[in-house]
Amino acid sequence: MATLKSVETKYLEEREALFRGMRNLDRRSFLKVSAAALGATAGLAAPHSFTPVSVAQEPAGAASQPAFRFAYISDSHLYTKDVNDRFVRGLLRAVDDVNNLDPQPDFVFYGGDLAQLGQVDQLELGAAILKNLKAPLRIMVGEHDWYLDLGQKWRELFGEPTYSFDHKGIHFVVLNSVVEKDFWTERKMTPIERMKTVAGLDNGLQSSFTVGEPQRKWLETDLAKLPDDARVIVFSHSPLYKLYKKWNFWTDDADEVQAILKRFKQIVVIHGHTHQLLTNRIGNIYFHGLLSTAWPWPYAPEGMPELTIQMSRPDPFNPNDGCGDGEVRVHPDGLVDKVYSLWNRNPITVSRTYLASMGKEDIPPKPNRPSY
Amino acid sequence: MNQSLMRYRGRLAVLGGLGLLLAAIVAGCGQETKRQTAAKDSAIDAKMPFGSDADDAQPAAETDADKAVEVTSCDGENKVAVDKDLAGAELAQALLAQWKRDHPGRDWVADEKAAHAFNPPADNADVLQGGQSKGDVYGNFTQRDLVTWSRETEKFVAEGSRIFHGGDALGSTVGVSCDMCHPHASNTHPETYPKFQVQLGRVALLRDMIEWCIENPVRGTHLDPDGPTMRALEAYIMAQRKGAAMNYGKH
Ligand code: HEC
Repeated sequence: MATLKSVETKYLEEREALFRGMRNLDRRSFLKVSAAALGATAGLAAPHSFTPVSVAQEPAGAASQPAFRFAYISDSHLYTKDVNDRFVRGLLRAVDDVNNLDPQPDFVFYGGDLAQLGQVDQLELGAAILKNLKAPLRIMVGEHDWYLDLGQKWRELFGEPTYSFDHKGIHFVVLNSVVEKDFWTERKMTPIERMKTVAGLDNGLQSSFTVGEPQRKWLETDLAKLPDDARVIVFSHSPLYKLYKKWNFWTDDADEVQAILKRFKQIVVIHGHTHQLLTNRIGNIYFHGLLSTAWPWPYAPEGMPELTIQMSRPDPFNPNDGCGDGEVRVHPDGLVDKVYSLWNRNPITVSRTYLASMGKEDIPPKPNRPSY
Repeated sequence: MNQSLMRYRGRLAVLGGLGLLLAAIVAGCGQETKRQTAAKDSAIDAKMPFGSDADDAQPAAETDADKAVEVTSCDGENKVAVDKDLAGAELAQALLAQWKRDHPGRDWVADEKAAHAFNPPADNADVLQGGQSKGDVYGNFTQRDLVTWSRETEKFVAEGSRIFHGGDALGSTVGVSCDMCHPHASNTHPETYPKFQVQLGRVALLRDMIEWCIENPVRGTHLDPDGPTMRALEAYIMAQRKGAAMNYGKH
């Protein structure tokens, strides 16, 4: 399945390549770039080629080279193909996107909700598709993966949902933030009733997501060995802050978890679940959302973080609009540029500079239509 | 509470909770027809607007030696064995309890509300305020009318909510329901219709867009635009936008 790159994607890739080249200019490449520039002025190069003049336009803070990149895919909500092939095609497309990245990312992070109703065949299908990734996979659990058998199948396929690893000087932590207190026993729900209740974003019978005491303890222990200036990236399926309770855009013990993270000079939290561009900063904690490959969600009617530049309304006539995957560029200081590679729109980068300056510098493009 | 309201509440208990059963008994389906009159005096407290709350704690309908009489309700499905000296009210309650056990979806409106909180209809208490005069229709409504309006309207909206949140109810062939993309009916913007839908190439009503979403993302079957499913969906979507200013043509 070939992925055709849009004009915008090609444009941005070229731009990226040029910037990469400009930063490491040795004499030879300088000459090469200058030659390209000369060509452009002489009208010889393709009209969209960049000239070194662009260097001057590069936002001040963005000068540092990312230390490495990883790609992400999230929220595919798979049914089996006979039930719903569109969601399956969504995940296949994302895997193609990521496999087409050149150079390949260091790893691919999957943000949770691989399955729609946590069924064995849904999870197995997802695992099988993700096996096609060229880069190594790191995966997080979402509520849709969990509440049919309380994680039995997921664990069998992917191991424990709470873990940490180190990569090129960054400490990564993966949490299960979708722990709900038992609402099902008293109501005598069957496993599938429990699953469907949790699967309903606006279903008020369920409890709120939490990380929970045992995992918070684990987190404290896991981080204990790190100095305050360590570089840490935390993954959670739900945002680790309180955005909108009625849709579980929320983690009930977010304050307690944030208290554990607060001591770090700066720390990044990346979450799935919200299916949209979502940016927040609380003190020294930098939050980024992930796109879904299945469908975009409306923005919460209240409580939106100020730093979020909302993506404009999705077009219902194009099922891919508002969906996508993306990349995370990790800088040497541990902060990240978050790239939202929207399938039907120009990619949008929310840079570390934008968050570090509290929205004053390097502002991502604002949509020309309201998100409503 | 004045007399008429008392009477009214009593009747509401009958209407809301015992309707089926009493109708059965009054119509002579039950065997203990003489005793049904006692139900009128029963202490059943009608919890407005959803009718009687009589509990499920009644014994199951097993015939044993002490219970001399077996009562069957009109639907032929519900039977309860009762003491032959049992008073009408208790009889009615026993029957109701049995009926409730046999019909687990009986409180579906309350269940729907608990699962997918939706906006309540307007409170019309002001209609009852002062200046009521004979011959003025709007001056002669009672609490009973208000309860009926609100209960019936809410039921209509609850049905819409049920359909909106259920792939099966929508006839989806791909396991998709409206709430997956429109939690609490968000981003359905009923107040902006009619408007020119560029992609449809014509002016659309809310129902046209509902229909479009049913046939496309939901992959369900075409709905009769005046049928009960469409009407209920419209009701729910409008209810959820309570308070938004009408602004037809807005994109
Ligand atoms: C797969 C996702 C998806 C599903 C499922 C879905 N819709 Fe939509 N629908 C959308 C998107 C996206 C829009 C555009 C939202 C916007 O304009 O902000 C939309 C728009 C609408 C609109 C028009 C909104 C406007 O601003 O004019 C209505 C009405 C609507 N949907 C109703 C429904 C109903 C009813 C169902 C269930 C039968 C449904 N939708 C199912 C994605 C979906």
